[in-house]
Amino acid sequence: MRTIEQTTNEILDLAARQFSVPRESLAPTDDFYKKLGLDSLQALEMLTRLEQHFGIELPDYEMQGVTDFGTLAGRIQARL
Amino acid sequence: MNSFSGKTLSWSVQDSAVELELHSAPCNEIGSEMLADLEQFAAALDGLSQQASAVIIYSSRKEGFSAGANLRELYQKSLPLDEAARLTGVREFLHRIHAVLNTLDDAPLTTIAAVHSVCFGGGFELALACDLIIADKMARFCFPELRLGLIPGFGGIPRLHRDLGNAVVRDLLLTGRSINAQKAAAIGLVSQVAGEGEALRLARATAAQIAKFDHTTSAAAKRFLKPIPHEELRREIDLFCELFTRPAVMEGLRKFTESSDAMPYLP
Repeated sequence: MRTIEQTTNEILDLAARQFSVPRESLAPTDDFYKKLGLDSLQALEMLTRLEQHFGIELPDYEMQGVTDFGTLAGRIQARL
Repeated sequence: MNSFSGKTLSWSVQDSAVELELHSAPCNEIGSEMLADLEQFAAALDGLSQQASAVIIYSSRKEGFSAGANLRELYQKSLPLDEAARLTGVREFLHRIHAVLNTLDDAPLTTIAAVHSVCFGGGFELALACDLIIADKMARFCFPELRLGLIPGFGGIPRLHRDLGNAVVRDLLLTGRSINAQKAAAIGLVSQVAGEGEALRLARATAAQIAKFDHTTSAAAKRFLKPIPHEELRREIDLFCELFTRPAVMEGLRKFTESSDAMPYLP
């Protein structure tokens, strides 16, 4: 079972790869919409990549209102 | 008509398949222009079936297969009209798109939707009229209509019900969530999951396989397996029109057209 820290780190790794940004530039408290300039298509793509990586289903409404990596990690952790 | 190039789509016969390319920016929203082009395609299908054994529908827009009905057009056209005129316009549009999708559903060719990224609402309903859905692993399927106070209006509920059963329809419709290609394959909606950017290639390989079979036998098998749920489709139009007259719908459309939310398909 992953710890919340591991889950958060894996999300940050994944986001860095998807958006081609240095991993060290991302932190759990970052607002990913602002930091990565996420549009609706990219938000969907991130959702799909998260589902594939963690092998879970993450309904869109679980992402609604979530803006930082740490909170997102919590939502994912609850489904692992 | 062997080939066509319209504002929103084009088609041509490649080997033994008709390839219908959707290319309307931003993401193949189905409004009056695409409907008119789709009507041309539906009218040509009979002739095309003499030259091909399969149809492949795909999108050349990177944004996805189709984001669904053109809600901005629907809102802008509805705004100046009174309730009766609004309803007349919507009902006429629905009858026209149903006629197109019924023709596609019933076509004597094997039809394949090659789907990537966004396949929402009316776009999902277009894919559901096809015999097979081949999806890129990044594809997502969704019926977001309830956020507008509506149900899907292009035949999606009856077709999904026919193909997969009531529980799947309830899950997708009543939660409004989107599902990925793997989940869609697991529930039987998607027949093959392709790697990123590979759905069209897989669809072409599938069409080449389909071409090896006797055309008449394939068409007969399809007729036997895939009856069009006419009565449910008719009731869907009535229910959609009944819901459409409520003020909440125009408010939902306004909110959607003005939204800059990253997930505008959620309420």
